[in-house]
Amino acid sequence: MANVNTFRESTRAWLEANCPPSMRQPIVDFEDRCWGGAKWKFVSEDQRRWLDVMAERGWTAPDWPSEYGGGGLSKEESKILREELYRIDARTPLFSMGLFMIGPAILKYGSEALKRQHIPDIVKGKIWWCQGYSEPNFGSDLAGLQARCEDKDDHYIINGQKVWTSYADRADWMFCLVRTDPDVVKHAGISLVLFDMNTPGVSTKPIKLISGKSPFCETFLDDVRVEKNQLVGELNKGWKLASYLLTHEREMIGNMGQAAASAKTLHQHATDVVGLENGVLNDSALRTDIARWEIDSKAYELTAERIRDETQAGQGTGATSSMLKYTGTEINKRRHELMLGIYGQQALGWEGDMFAGGTMASQWLRTKGNSIEGGTSEIQLNIISKRILGLGATG
Amino acid sequence: MALVLNEEQQMLKESARGFLQEHAPLAQLRRLRDERDAIGYSAESWAQMVELGWAGILVPEAYGGLDFGHVGMGQIMEENGRTLTASPLFATAILGVSALVLGGSDEQKKTLLPAIVEGSLTLALAVDEGPKHKPAQVTMTASKGGAESNNLKLNGAKQFVADGHVADKLIVSARTSMRSSAHSSTHSSAAPDDNDGISVFLVDRDAEGVTVERVMMADSRNSAMVTFDNVVVPQGAMLGQAGKGLALIEGLTDIGNAHLAAELLGISLEVFERTVQYMQERKQFGVLIGSYQGLQHRAAHLFSEIELTKSVVIKALQALDEKLLDKKTLDENSDAASLLCSMAKAKASEVAALATNESVQLHGGIGMTDEYDMGFYMKRARVAEHMLGDQRFHQRRFAALSGY
Repeated sequence: MANVNTFRESTRAWLEANCPPSMRQPIVDFEDRCWGGAKWKFVSEDQRRWLDVMAERGWTAPDWPSEYGGGGLSKEESKILREELYRIDARTPLFSMGLFMIGPAILKYGSEALKRQHIPDIVKGKIWWCQGYSEPNFGSDLAGLQARCEDKDDHYIINGQKVWTSYADRADWMFCLVRTDPDVVKHAGISLVLFDMNTPGVSTKPIKLISGKSPFCETFLDDVRVEKNQLVGELNKGWKLASYLLTHEREMIGNMGQAAASAKTLHQHATDVVGLENGVLNDSALRTDIARWEIDSKAYELTAERIRDETQAGQGTGATSSMLKYTGTEINKRRHELMLGIYGQQALGWEGDMFAGGTMASQWLRTKGNSIEGGTSEIQLNIISKRILGLGATG
Repeated sequence: MALVLNEEQQMLKESARGFLQEHAPLAQLRRLRDERDAIGYSAESWAQMVELGWAGILVPEAYGGLDFGHVGMGQIMEENGRTLTASPLFATAILGVSALVLGGSDEQKKTLLPAIVEGSLTLALAVDEGPKHKPAQVTMTASKGGAESNNLKLNGAKQFVADGHVADKLIVSARTSMRSSAHSSTHSSAAPDDNDGISVFLVDRDAEGVTVERVMMADSRNSAMVTFDNVVVPQGAMLGQAGKGLALIEGLTDIGNAHLAAELLGISLEVFERTVQYMQERKQFGVLIGSYQGLQHRAAHLFSEIELTKSVVIKALQALDEKLLDKKTLDENSDAASLLCSMAKAKASEVAALATNESVQLHGGIGMTDEYDMGFYMKRARVAEHMLGDQRFHQRRFAALSGY
């Protein structure tokens, strides 16, 4: 316990000295959250410094091995660091697909050379990763994907099209699911490869969403050359990695609402806008809706915590990421519907300073995609039915 | 604290499940109902529970109990939700014991707690005066008993008292200060003087002037309407401080609701598991009904809701144990635990309603028959929800405790 206490004290002191005050303010705009990457424009010198000092200690990836630039912290120490960051409302220094998705996959399945090449850059936020999964005809039915990857002796050539590639126009590298064997059942002929988005033959086209924003692109792959050492794991065993990555993605998407919710509670918004009378919100129907949402939101947080604790204690049912993804995204959608209920037409303003450029409406609309991306709510319910409840055609 | 059971709590849960499934299954409640049993529970099963130490789980060791904590007791309640065993466990071993632990004088604890532990004393909480839980709405009075100034006279009535017709002693709320009785009926948190002047008393059920009428509820468990007509009680019968009774009742509300939430979770789990099993057995149109996606998704949604409930229930029970460890008194603000207990009751009630409704619907016609067990769970889920405040009560309480 002594070491733990020392670690907490030294961490607290270090954060106090190194986390700039502006990095303790709530995240408002997309760019307030640092995604890193070669093309990243830091919103402030503080944002750059905060990333640099944290990355230097490996604390952007606290529990990754220090030999690849990670923090090398134990679970207990990582938890203390999280708590201390939370205590001062520090923004996460780096939020990236590298950290949440491809990094863990490379650490688990990648070759030593791949780890040495990619992990330190992920920790430092130098590379913006995007994922090449969905294709125009293969969304929920992901394993049917057709992007063809042919063996050309000393390299691969890829031809095909990806869609819903997050920020492909800003990304530096892609981790991409490709078909390496077209003659076997669909799950058995898939591989995971990595390539630079500047490779000749890679082109992107943004997709405009109902929110007015374009966070996703179509990505076209025409005779794209990929080096053989950029294959992650074994050839034709990519579906296992895809499942692993989808699990991470589900957890990340399920959690997104919580990060946003922590800035200001729904009832604080309501209190500011609707007002209290004798300490009670001046709209009893809204009050009940908010209370029900806050109870569900807290229940979701506690469930994520309980499942982590159960895993650590070697208990639990497993296969819970689908349940967390389903509940987390549905709860987040409800949150934004309630924001509309609180702010009324103010939340539906689309243009101009009066409506902060339509931020609230845009965010509300964006959440509608949460229960589609990373496997729809219906796919998650299918997974729960089959894998956890054992319900199926044959019983 | 990690949101998991420790080894001892896990063992208690398993032994509780073993005992209840074997010795006090749902068939027992069905029999008690059909035979219109006079006391409404099996005295033999209760004696066995006492033997197992369950009556003393919340009793401090100094008074002969096990001091095993709320998380442990909550596991028994969850298992009890699976078997719907009728017994004095909730009214006596949870509410009664907690009333004494939170409000009792050392003398009261010394005489009464060991009696509960050994099974010779049962209690019942009589605080509601109408069909809904409104703890501040108390019109019952405790007035000076004339020349013998140490005595008080109770007048009024209490409704829906669980175990009220069999318990040896009743825990009763009454106004000891008259000034606020006039405007107590509107809003529970309206004016501060509404909440002052309530005191809590221990009254013998067979005391002169106490009239108990047993009422049959949908869940086939014990309930009673009780009237008090010039019932004389000594000053020493008061539990806790004069005029501070509402704080005591709020503390009991927290505890009671966390345990009811555990019971409701057990009900949800039981009907859910039975329903999934039925979906894997029942065939229509030549295939298992569990192969239909329309039904699969309803089951998967229910699974997710129950997972959320598990987390709030264990968190609330842990909060009660932590509060006890902190040795906080009632006067200290214990909003954090109250918030979690209301959260647990609100969520567990909502999900138990969903689970019992879905279980009947997914079973189809057989779910509507009395012969099948589903109806028992639906009925108990609603009664348990409405005891000490339904989901709406706790949503409002959650909002109030959160400052809106």
